[in-house]
Amino acid sequence: MANELYSLTIHELHELLKNKKVSSQEIVNAVYGRIETVEKSVQAYLTLIKERALEKAREVDDHLVNAGILTPLTGIPLGLKDNLCTRGVKTTCASKILENYLPPYDATVVNKLEHAGAVILGKLNMDEFAMGSSCENSGFFPTRNPWNIETVPGGSSGGSAAAVAAGEAIATLGSDTGGSIRQPASFCGVVGMKPTYGRVSRYGLVAFASSLDQIGPLTQDVTDCAIMLNAICGYDPYDSTSINQPAPDYTKSLSGKLDEIKTVGVIQELLGDGIAPEIKKAVEDAVKVFEKLGAKIKMVSLPSFEYALACYYLIATAEASSNLARFDGVKFGHRSANSPDLLSMYYNTRREGFGPEVKRRIMLGTYALSAGYYDAYYLKAQKIRTLIKRDFDAAFHEVDLLISPTSPTVAFKIGEKSGDPLSMYLSDIATIPINLAGIPAISLPCGFAQGLPIGLQLIGNVLEEEKILKAAFAYEQATAWHQEKAKI
Amino acid sequence: MKSPKSDIQSQKFETVIGLEIHAQLLCDSKIFCDCSTKFGNEPNTNICPICTGQPGVLPKLNRKVVEFAVKASLALNMQKIIGESIFARKQYFYPDLPKDFQISQYKEPLAENGWLEIELDGQGPGEPGQAKKIGITRVHLEEDAGKLVHVGSDRIAGSTCSLVDFNRTGVPLMEIVSEPDIRSPREAQLYVQELAAILRYLGVCDAKMEEGSLRVDGNVSIRPFGQKEFGTKTEVKNMNSTKALKDALAAEVARQIKALENGEKIIQETRHYDEKTGKTISLRSKEEAHDYRYFPEPDLVPIVVTDEMMVEIKKSIGELPQAKIKRYVEELKISGEAADTIVADPLLAEFFEAGARQFDRPWILANWLVGSVAAYLNEKKVGIRQTKLTPENLINLVRQIDTGAISNKIAKEVIIKILETGEAAEEIIKASGVTQISSEAELAKIIKDVIKKNPQSVADYQAGKKAALGFLVGQVMKATQGRANPAMVNTLLKKTL
Repeated sequence: MANELYSLTIHELHELLKNKKVSSQEIVNAVYGRIETVEKSVQAYLTLIKERALEKAREVDDHLVNAGILTPLTGIPLGLKDNLCTRGVKTTCASKILENYLPPYDATVVNKLEHAGAVILGKLNMDEFAMGSSCENSGFFPTRNPWNIETVPGGSSGGSAAAVAAGEAIATLGSDTGGSIRQPASFCGVVGMKPTYGRVSRYGLVAFASSLDQIGPLTQDVTDCAIMLNAICGYDPYDSTSINQPAPDYTKSLSGKLDEIKTVGVIQELLGDGIAPEIKKAVEDAVKVFEKLGAKIKMVSLPSFEYALACYYLIATAEASSNLARFDGVKFGHRSANSPDLLSMYYNTRREGFGPEVKRRIMLGTYALSAGYYDAYYLKAQKIRTLIKRDFDAAFHEVDLLISPTSPTVAFKIGEKSGDPLSMYLSDIATIPINLAGIPAISLPCGFAQGLPIGLQLIGNVLEEEKILKAAFAYEQATAWHQEKAKI
Repeated sequence: MKSPKSDIQSQKFETVIGLEIHAQLLCDSKIFCDCSTKFGNEPNTNICPICTGQPGVLPKLNRKVVEFAVKASLALNMQKIIGESIFARKQYFYPDLPKDFQISQYKEPLAENGWLEIELDGQGPGEPGQAKKIGITRVHLEEDAGKLVHVGSDRIAGSTCSLVDFNRTGVPLMEIVSEPDIRSPREAQLYVQELAAILRYLGVCDAKMEEGSLRVDGNVSIRPFGQKEFGTKTEVKNMNSTKALKDALAAEVARQIKALENGEKIIQETRHYDEKTGKTISLRSKEEAHDYRYFPEPDLVPIVVTDEMMVEIKKSIGELPQAKIKRYVEELKISGEAADTIVADPLLAEFFEAGARQFDRPWILANWLVGSVAAYLNEKKVGIRQTKLTPENLINLVRQIDTGAISNKIAKEVIIKILETGEAAEEIIKASGVTQISSEAELAKIIKDVIKKNPQSVADYQAGKKAALGFLVGQVMKATQGRANPAMVNTLLKKTL
């Protein structure tokens, strides 16, 4: 049995730990064993900290597991996206410019996981600075989809999704600015959630777009998702934008029924052109499942959706151009050698350190904020953002939850879109509006096409993670998609 | 003639000045993190991940900073204190700016539309004693940058390497922007002096231009009298005292007048004042047209100032300098000049008021404070709190003079000892035997001796030379090391002769 430990969920392993059937060290060893077997083909990790992890597992076993003091995460090995700061452990954002950066502090979420007794396995690959939808923009190497290593795992949290799908971590954390948790979760057949903006502290998450970024879990099932969210959410005085409201126990909402969720809305705009027919079919089947569970189904239109992509690529790039200014060679990270003066040191450092997509977005954002263009671009985008929020508000007056595909396609081939940024941007069409509105959404498996997983997106109103998890769990109970595992 | 060189008044051109002032707020910790704001520590010791801009950090607003800025805004009569003002990022690359943007305020500052009243003194347009309101456009909050130390040059260009100290990074600053209402360099000086006094009174800034806790940049332009449009302005920087400010502005005004009279054009630029030469120097070569790409800071929520907060803060504002001076002069009967000096230093004023409450002739205390005490404080470069003098033993000293125990002259020596040791005036007098000699018998003996030793002066006096008496009095004082009661010596000498 020991060799299958890596394929169990958090709640299954927790039962085993609680009943002293297994130790944290055994679990951690099993996962590292799995990593040794499959990492060559998946390439999910940028940094592994095996010794440190085993040391922590030993400590956890000695002091907590043996004493029977367990949180749901005690002794559970987890992976972290490499844009979450870990004290003394390299945090690169998959960028050459931070290749050797050792943060002097831990992100709030990392602190929370450590305190809950979780064991950190290592740092996971991503698109550089979370800019991308395929993990091909990593400054080091692309991660592959465990379902078919010729395809991408999605992005930007590609490493986080692939690791969970391949059994290289029991669960992971990712970050989601425009779909970076949900789209890779969809591509890799796992559960991924972007909480309400402000539900989870961003302190220690290397910023891409401050007003859109949110940290969230990638897990094997909905129960694990609720457990992870319990551990990481909550107000943090070090993040002024975090919400100062107590968080519920999310596992309590997993009743298997829809309870107070009476009406589910289907987003019309996301079942039309540009959505692959097999995806459309899978989502329609999922809608039928909700109908069977007792929900009333309503078609809902969100007219400002068509502007979402344009709006997003102005706001996100504008904020990114500012957030990424600090990588200038002065204080940390790469500094170009042999630059005779300050200006050339700046130029050379950034030229050598950033990859092409990051440069593209810095330039777009700088342009959007420039004198004379601010009103036409950034300010207008903010106004459209308000319209998109209003569309959602109106929708949630009529329905309790919204439903859509997570991505218009299943995982595409490596290299297929990397030469065409615009078609790459389109793969986030269903997820981006949710970030702009600041609301929560989950992606969970709802079928397969060409042997690759399809993701279903459930969207709730602000702070309605409970409703989303309840519906997701009820759907999961009624279907068997989540039991399918990647064969690698 | 009250027309110092530095205040040249042109017949043709009117001077227009607006000031941008950065005041370091007296908060113990920085504006966006918990680091100390203590000045003078080893480089890079008051730093943390937040103020060094490590990847992933977020700013966390120190509420004390808001309280201080609201307090100042209320005192500066700001008509609009905004309930939800917004931080913005001001973006430019420089090594002393760890994030390569400064968190400041742009479109929605904390407060707008206020004024400060100054009293003109005739140096420049306007009558002496005339009150003038200088408009204040806005008050906003921002973070300070770090400090660069260049090796091998005083600038980044030409240095072999540059070191950066982030201790100052994130120290809270309040920027106060005036309207272009100032019409002479002297007015600018008066405005800054008044503003500094107010900030000191509020306890929100120690306002020392010499130490950089108050930094003043001047926007200067000139225009023919009667013209409505402003001339092209230049920004003058690098003034380390209010006097340097006045001189720098005067130098710039004179330069602009000369340029226009020679048919040259004024170029909009930043100019540094060189105190040694008394001239302003163009820094245009270093300047580039900046596009700061301001946008609202997404990592911070709006600064909330509620009506309740304003009421509370208003209550905490005590008497402001102008009102204090007025009260000193009208109620405590001290001279305007002494009141100015005492009020300029809030701690000295506090000392004075403590004394005035216990003594019925406060003007005597005031004279001591602006005389011997002020001289001592200046010489030692200390404040009244760093001395051992208390209002009680100053009063004691004055009483010793009243009773005739010591002379004024001796008292001036005694007060130095009190300032240094804190001993009671009586003790010092007793211990050093400086009590005034007022015994007639004792004085008669000494006078007899002096008369015997100075027959020539005695003869002169008796021959009608009144001046000789002064000499003889002096001899008596000398013989008693100044301890003789001068009035008695005078009377006794006349009687004896």
